[in-house]
Amino acid sequence: MSNTKKADPAAAAELFILRDQVHEPMHDRFLWATMQRRDAQAAAIPEWEELRELASKIKEHTLTHLDHYLEEFEANATKRGAHIHWAIDAAEHNTIVHSILESHGVKELIKSKSMLQEECQMTPFLQNRGIKVIESDLGERIQQLDGQPPSHIVFPSIHKTRRDVAQLFARKIGTDPNNDDPHFLTEVMRNNARPRFLAAGAGMTGGNFAIAETGTFMVCTNEGNADIGASVPPLHIASIGIEKLVPRVEDMGVFLRLLARSAEGEPLTQYSSHFTGPRKGGELHIVLVDNGRSRRLGMPDFWHSLKCIRCGACMNTCPVYRRSGGLAYGATYSGPIGVILDPTFDEFKYSELPFHSTLCGSCTDVCPVKIDISDQIFKWRRVMAKKGYLPLVKRLAFAAAGRAFGHPEEFRLMEEAGGPALGYAPDFLLYNHSLNPWGRDRQLPQPAKKTFREWYLANRSEHGND
Amino acid sequence: METTSSREVILKGIRYSNLFLIKQEAEAPQIPVFQRADTPLKPEFEVHLQKAGGVAHDVSSVAEVETKLAVLHPEAMVICSAVPEIAGTRKVTEVHDPHELADVDVGIVRAQFGVAESGAVWLTQEDLVVDALGFLSQHLIVLLDPNEIVSDMHAAYLRVRLDETAFGCFMMGPSATADVEATLVHGAQGARSLNIFFLPPM
Amino acid sequence: MIFPVSATNGSATQKGLRVGLFIPCYIDMIFPEVGIATLQLLERFGLDVHFPLGQTCCGQPMSNSGDESNAAAAEHLFVENFAPFDYVVGPAGSCVKQVRCHFDAIEQTDDVRHVRQETYELVEFLHDILQVDSFPWAEFQHSVALHNSCSSIRGLGIAKPSEIMGAPFDKSAALLSKVRGLVLVPVDRPDDCCGFGGTFCVTDEAVSARMGLDKVHDHLRHGAEYVVSPDMSCLMHQQGIARRAGLDLKYVHVAQVLNGGPF
Repeated sequence: MSNTKKADPAAAAELFILRDQVHEPMHDRFLWATMQRRDAQAAAIPEWEELRELASKIKEHTLTHLDHYLEEFEANATKRGAHIHWAIDAAEHNTIVHSILESHGVKELIKSKSMLQEECQMTPFLQNRGIKVIESDLGERIQQLDGQPPSHIVFPSIHKTRRDVAQLFARKIGTDPNNDDPHFLTEVMRNNARPRFLAAGAGMTGGNFAIAETGTFMVCTNEGNADIGASVPPLHIASIGIEKLVPRVEDMGVFLRLLARSAEGEPLTQYSSHFTGPRKGGELHIVLVDNGRSRRLGMPDFWHSLKCIRCGACMNTCPVYRRSGGLAYGATYSGPIGVILDPTFDEFKYSELPFHSTLCGSCTDVCPVKIDISDQIFKWRRVMAKKGYLPLVKRLAFAAAGRAFGHPEEFRLMEEAGGPALGYAPDFLLYNHSLNPWGRDRQLPQPAKKTFREWYLANRSEHGND
Repeated sequence: METTSSREVILKGIRYSNLFLIKQEAEAPQIPVFQRADTPLKPEFEVHLQKAGGVAHDVSSVAEVETKLAVLHPEAMVICSAVPEIAGTRKVTEVHDPHELADVDVGIVRAQFGVAESGAVWLTQEDLVVDALGFLSQHLIVLLDPNEIVSDMHAAYLRVRLDETAFGCFMMGPSATADVEATLVHGAQGARSLNIFFLPPM
Repeated sequence: MIFPVSATNGSATQKGLRVGLFIPCYIDMIFPEVGIATLQLLERFGLDVHFPLGQTCCGQPMSNSGDESNAAAAEHLFVENFAPFDYVVGPAGSCVKQVRCHFDAIEQTDDVRHVRQETYELVEFLHDILQVDSFPWAEFQHSVALHNSCSSIRGLGIAKPSEIMGAPFDKSAALLSKVRGLVLVPVDRPDDCCGFGGTFCVTDEAVSARMGLDKVHDHLRHGAEYVVSPDMSCLMHQQGIARRAGLDLKYVHVAQVLNGGPF
């Protein structure tokens, strides 16, 4: 058991909801609108469900032959002049990146969005060693200026209003706090970032896919920021999770048709860039990162989560995520995919996450690579229960109910004693009244004067011996 | 030394984990050819380009491109061209360092082909000459042969030769962001506008 | 009395088939009228319906909380009570989903497999097994918002989830459309979860209540007088929210509408 504090998504989500009448409704509305666009895009493709099945199969094939495809990727990328590094964990990833930067005398780094670098906590590591790190994606830059991690894997600052951003920029870069026009704010950041791109000694990117057949990796952005970072500074470093592999170039047709449609309801991102070895006059380093992935691959209930292509559709569709905001999860990955990924990094710290779900199943149905997200959330609950991570009050209530539900005579007794007992049976009523949060926003249901059982015994007496 | 051993640790870990998945070992699926309605591709390309924030122009000559260019970007000081048809004010072949492109107002390139289902065009390092031309330019002009449009990404990847170029990009309209209150804004970091001129090569 | 059983589905008649009536504990205690409506409705089709008196709960609360060992006792008892029947029918999607999809805390004997396979939620039993094509005894002169629960949609497949592409279908709507006078109103987010989620509604009270309130407003905005659902648990949550907020919406189970009461 780690000595870190448990993430408490229910409490954090409550703060997000109670904060004001603006943030949570806006967050819900924007992400719901994104889902509507996604649905329209998917509906326009007759073979949509077939594409999902293909993508799932390609990923399953790759993951069950991952050693082979990593070696093929390494050989082909090396042949094209890329330098390949392997990192067992976050610490090794950060050390490798730092040593490359140090050996090239790089003092300033411009980076595009990478959830893997976020997972590795790379930016503080480099900054502590005297390297200036600037996020170039607008949403990530907003979050960096605010000292917060991204709240969504595709829309990092989706929980902020335009007013929040205007005030943040005013504080940090001296703009007019009253001008909250998104066009103005975007322009501010464009002008702020340009000199940083030109001054940077290195550009860093993540990688959305890595193609074994050619040694290529792909980066998708809408802003073109990854492309500037890769094409202007002399040195390009890419951090790529080992699960990002696909075997062949033709597989990309399937994944790119699914990715942006699922993520944002657009046919593609504005830029889908393919890097195969260093560009003319440049130097390219690729860090292949494990950080728990090879171990996850051996978990029969959970290895399918490695199919994830980080589109964020499960977050957009999740009714709980939309009302919580991503920061409530207190983890690198939020939303349904976070609920099943984060515990693989720290079971205790993230033991509450699987309970921050209604198990509605929408995430499973929307996932473009058909990860059984909802079922995995259910299975993680079992893991947490076995480890004794259930909240105490709940554990005691269930132990009592579990006995009663297994013994009809005890059940009847409790039913009669409660007269019909509101203090007991249905799930939400398993708590002592004084502890029961049901009544805060809801009226309690009125128990019936006569149970169905009593009615049945009185009206279907011929069946009384059933 | 360190990385060599990490490589072995990771690959061994994968092989060990894969032992548990042996029953689930999956074959690589064949990607079928999806049937398409036999509709002309250029109008579909134009519709999607417009949705992506780009603008398409039918032209019949290089002179017409230059006339429209002057109307679209009357204040452009630096026009950097990667196409033989148009000289601009700077030839990209004379650029040695990408930083020299920081002041480019308009970049002019020719795409190899377009993709109807998205309005994207395929640009490689060879088309851009210096990759940064496609991203540092304030505005982009793209020449595209109207006969070089494929239907979808499956067809597109049949034409892409990743083994022949260090960089290739499907570019769908200008730079965009919706990171402030989900409001769409063009010109986040890359090109502020993207105009496509349908013109076969000379 | 009519017996609207399809002659083409291979079975000569469903008449006389023994059906075990599964009444989830909260319906037994709080909504007995739903149990009565379900029983009377099934009896209209000539089925031999019994309510096994030894039944308690399907074990879902424990199972959903990851508590496998306590779920097992409830599962054993359920199978013991319902194994003798041809079909088990319950007016609750989430409880039926629990039996069909998650009864795996116990050994999978022949009886367990039989019970899991033959347990139906009421709407799917009427739609798929009995293939009912009319409810001549029922009349409901109201505008109705239909709330299919997540368990019913994504667990049991009684309607097409909005995320999945393909031809739309909705078995609850198909049955309700056969009720004289009933008008179904479209809503903005028909299959967005209402936030009940079993224990979720108390462990995650703030999010649950917000989801519920959004659902209530969606129904009101479209002029619904009644909300009808195959899952009373969702309705109990939504009704609690609506009453606390002082909003005027009535909540009834699909069985009550199809049977013509009791309300």
